[in-house]
Amino acid sequence: MSTSEFAPESGEYEPLVAPAHKVYPKKVDGEFRRIKWGIQLLTLAIYYLLPFVRWHRGANEPTQAVLLDLPHRRFYFFFIEIWPQEVYYITGLLIIAALTLFLMNAVAGRIWCGYMCPQTVWTDLYLMTERWIEGDARDRIRKDAGPWTAQKIREKSAKYLLWLLIAWWTGGAWVLYFADAPTLVHNLVTFAPGSGEAYMWIGIFTFTTFVFAGVMREGVCLHMCPWPRIQAALTDEYALNVTYRFDRGEPRESFKHATALRAKGLPAGDCVDCGQCVAVCPTGVDIRQGASLGCIQCGLCIDACDSVMEKVGRAPRLIAYDTEMNIKARSCGQPAVYKPIRVRTVFYAVLILAIGGFMIYTLATRDNLHLNVLHDRNPLTVRLSDGGVRNAYTIRISNMKPETRRFALDIAGAQGAQVEVVGADKDAQGRFIVEVGADQTREARVLLTMHGVHADKAPLAVDFTAHEIDTDKSISSRDVFLWP
Amino acid sequence: MSVDKLNETKVRIDEHSGVPTTGHEWDGIEELNTPLPRWWVWTFAATVVWGTAYCVVYPAWPLLHGATEGVLGWHSRAAVVQDIADLQTTRAPILAKIKDAPIGSIEKNPELLAAARTVGRVAFLNNCAACHGAGAQGAKGYPNLNDDDWVWGGKLRDIQTTIEHGVRWDADKDTRAGAMPAFGRDGILTPQQISDVADYVRTMADLPDALAPEPAGEKLYEENCAACHGSEGKGNPDVGAPSLFDAIWLYGSDKPTIVNRINQGGGGVMPAWKGRLDETTIKALTVYVHSLGGGQ
Repeated sequence: MSTSEFAPESGEYEPLVAPAHKVYPKKVDGEFRRIKWGIQLLTLAIYYLLPFVRWHRGANEPTQAVLLDLPHRRFYFFFIEIWPQEVYYITGLLIIAALTLFLMNAVAGRIWCGYMCPQTVWTDLYLMTERWIEGDARDRIRKDAGPWTAQKIREKSAKYLLWLLIAWWTGGAWVLYFADAPTLVHNLVTFAPGSGEAYMWIGIFTFTTFVFAGVMREGVCLHMCPWPRIQAALTDEYALNVTYRFDRGEPRESFKHATALRAKGLPAGDCVDCGQCVAVCPTGVDIRQGASLGCIQCGLCIDACDSVMEKVGRAPRLIAYDTEMNIKARSCGQPAVYKPIRVRTVFYAVLILAIGGFMIYTLATRDNLHLNVLHDRNPLTVRLSDGGVRNAYTIRISNMKPETRRFALDIAGAQGAQVEVVGADKDAQGRFIVEVGADQTREARVLLTMHGVHADKAPLAVDFTAHEIDTDKSISSRDVFLWP
Repeated sequence: MSVDKLNETKVRIDEHSGVPTTGHEWDGIEELNTPLPRWWVWTFAATVVWGTAYCVVYPAWPLLHGATEGVLGWHSRAAVVQDIADLQTTRAPILAKIKDAPIGSIEKNPELLAAARTVGRVAFLNNCAACHGAGAQGAKGYPNLNDDDWVWGGKLRDIQTTIEHGVRWDADKDTRAGAMPAFGRDGILTPQQISDVADYVRTMADLPDALAPEPAGEKLYEENCAACHGSEGKGNPDVGAPSLFDAIWLYGSDKPTIVNRINQGGGGVMPAWKGRLDETTIKALTVYVHSLGGGQ
């Protein structure tokens, strides 16, 4: 985006508001465009279809492969089930995501922005729709500038309707991740009572999709997104970026002029100043001005330039994934250096593998049973009528298995204490039995009473152990018995 | 020369950014007159539209008596009432089960016990904690509900009756009644006699600093106190006579306190909760208090 357009015409007052700046990206074909189509198809297919993928977990468990069950505070991801207290797995996932972004950036710049970011994918989808109805950039500019005709009204309404349908479908797919997808679709289609909240969220996401992908487009990347700023601080001289090879391109000449110069044996740049790289750019950047915050590095200008180079009979990749350091090296007659494997990338990769490996290890070996003991805080101790002392505890047993399990409680460490568990029965051996339902947490109140008068006032370490009755599995937690 | 005229002479296009300056200059530092970005203007316009619509739709402008109503007729109080109604609808099935279950069976059912303890805890914090403390730990004159000493009985039925009808609560005809005479104030015993009885009570409880009582003390106890507190001082929950035999003292075990209690007589007061709390809440409250640890 050139800033010269802000300059006032001579003799006029400068405008209070920046002039309208609309980008009309032109259609382009080529290698990078095909890669983009492929990734777009893949990411959209994942987004829209994933909620319908089923995964069998056993009776009484949801059969949806990816499900954020907010009412029951559970997150299901294929074979993984995450409880609220295990939310650190999400933290780990976010750390891996951040490091992956860093790694991508160190290897080849803003791959994320250019190919995978939802903003890019949906804007591309919206541009495709727009092009299909209103024609390519040249037609759109002409129609937008022209008067309102019946055809223009027809085309604009058709475009906005299609955009709205895509946005609505996008919002619709979003809510499917939060409830059983087929059931929710059925409820939404039949206007079943209780689906009002789902409609509200669909409405919100329809609105944001429409505004972000249809109206704001590159504005989101230029003004709202923090990543361009962050990646600018993370990049280094070896990171590949979409670069105009000015050593080859300059001085720019028209095709005729350049041919004439070359015929005389004089130097001429390969750039014919056709402006195709700017015409196809979805953010309206002129890549020939150098690295820019506005460039999402989608590579479409590479495709545009290559097709022109082919026509004028010059070598392709005047614009390419390259580094400024290499351009300088070549102009000094030195070989270009490509170093995807260097300290930085290895460091990121090792960190990703280490954190990922640690998470997989903890996930695979994590316990499906948890025991929590909470000593009563108010009162800490209770004085009894015979001079004895009682401590009360709330214990929580979390059973993360999809079946009911029975546990025998064993409390060791408080010699001579009388044990009571409110609401629990004893088995033949005098142990308290606590039954915990499938995929549930059960709370029980344990009372430890020391009758009579005790001289020893040092706190006692007490071990609470839950033994699973049908297996030899057990879990322990330590707390204290306090004296007044 | 007008300010505009003055500025006009200095306004120029900054070569570096291509943006005009305002014409202001301070020690060679000039100010760029960058036009407002479009997205900013639109966002500002949108907030104005939103704000205006909000003022029309929702209560917004304070007036002398109240505020503008808003065309939606939305009211924060009505929203709270609706939320409470929604919560009651959600809780209705489990509360109905608690209501229908015999009180003795609730602790045997983990689901009902958990629900009753949750409902009971909230009711306790809202209604009982002011006197009995947030953890039911009690205070001087207000019994600790965690321990095993019960003035009016610690069985589920006893606790429920105490909560429903209160203690010495005159407005409820079924209230727990049992008044200890004011032996000193009403002149039933002389100060010396009261001192002797107090000494006797303190030996009976085996308090470490109890003085050897005058023989008169035991006789006075038998004549005046044993009817309610029992000849061994074990108390009688039917009339709310606490045990004088154990390690728990509601008002304290030092001699001046005991003398004062004998002088003044009477006892603590607790309101009747029947009618103020519904049947299910009282039931849940009973189970909660019973499950604190002292329930018999």
